[in-house]
Amino acid sequence: MAAFLSVSSLSVRRGGRLLFEGLSFDAAPGDLIEIRGANGAGKTSLLRVIAGFLRPARGALQFKDRADPQAALHFLGHQNGLKGAVSAHAHVDYWARLLRGDASDALDRVGLRTQAELPARVLSQGQARRLALARLLAAPRPLWLLDEPAAGLDADGRELLTGLIDAHRRNGGVVLAALHESLGSAPSQTLDLSAA
Amino acid sequence: MNAIIATFRRDAALLWAGGGGALAPLGYFIGAVVLAPLAMGPDRTLLTAAGPPLAWVAAALAVLASLEKLFQADLEDGSLEQMLLSEAPLEALVFAKGAAFWLVVGVPLALAAGPAAITLQAPLERIPVIVASLLLGLAAFIGAGLVGAAVAAGVKRGGVLIALLVLPFFAPPVIFGASVASGQDVGPALALLGGCALFGCVIGPFAAAAALRLQAE
Repeated sequence: MAAFLSVSSLSVRRGGRLLFEGLSFDAAPGDLIEIRGANGAGKTSLLRVIAGFLRPARGALQFKDRADPQAALHFLGHQNGLKGAVSAHAHVDYWARLLRGDASDALDRVGLRTQAELPARVLSQGQARRLALARLLAAPRPLWLLDEPAAGLDADGRELLTGLIDAHRRNGGVVLAALHESLGSAPSQTLDLSAA
Repeated sequence: MNAIIATFRRDAALLWAGGGGALAPLGYFIGAVVLAPLAMGPDRTLLTAAGPPLAWVAAALAVLASLEKLFQADLEDGSLEQMLLSEAPLEALVFAKGAAFWLVVGVPLALAAGPAAITLQAPLERIPVIVASLLLGLAAFIGAGLVGAAVAAGVKRGGVLIALLVLPFFAPPVIFGASVASGQDVGPALALLGGCALFGCVIGPFAAAAALRLQAE
């Protein structure tokens, strides 16, 4: 199958230090690519480069038929992107408008139906992470960039996350995830940045 | 378009609901124009001459003091990243945030200038013009302020940096605004204020968006 995303000889530098160089890989629809590496190996930076937030020192990214790759991807970073005063429901609603999607069942699917009207500031860390996961569902986008997506999630939450990733892959989506521990979904490729 | 309207509404609601967000600059402005006559004493001619410029300085500083948080929260909580991933251009979303700030912070401040002008001995018939001039002037302040707020978003206690960056751009609206408030060359001064506001609304979002893209790195 044609690659959705091709990365060729990518080098990323942060604060004058070379994190990794010469990284090349292809991601095809249905792929889950696990990004491994010690703390500071550049997992987050790699995801941020692919998201277009950071410029690589060298190398190229190629998205298949995409004039605006940023409109084709979701980024779930360390920060959940929540406003304390805004309710869970209003968050999902806003994301659906901002990122162009449909919010109707996103909260149900992440198990936050009963918390829909609560302001984000009273959600627990795990619930806040679930709300951030709801963003992935509020707007359909082919590429998911997940940075430690399981951070703060309980066993149920991790299972939920695995289920979401599996469903996304079945629909032809691509997932790139920086992980410390494997999720239930079997990766199609593992990139170890420490080794590179 | 949907994304832009949604951003405008969300920001307006957040500013309004966030307590101090909208009310602090208003309180600051009212405090300044109420205390000024008390400090200057009962001399009517002095007050008539010094009052209008003072009100403009108070409005400029009230806006300046509230700019710091404009993008800082978005940068810290990850909302900025989501704005970058929208199909709507970041410039348009920044414009929406600026417009929400103008509506929630600027409009009440301009309306408060009506009663404030009376305490500063401005003639009653001049008050609608003063309010209109402040509506334009505050748009100019906020347009310039967007850039300063964006550049300083990643800096803790960035207020000083914002002041240094933005104050030179506050000078023209203050000059023309004080001229309107004093009743000198009202027509041309209003036209020039409108020019400042347009300049700020057009250039501000582009420069601020460029600065925010660098902040997201």
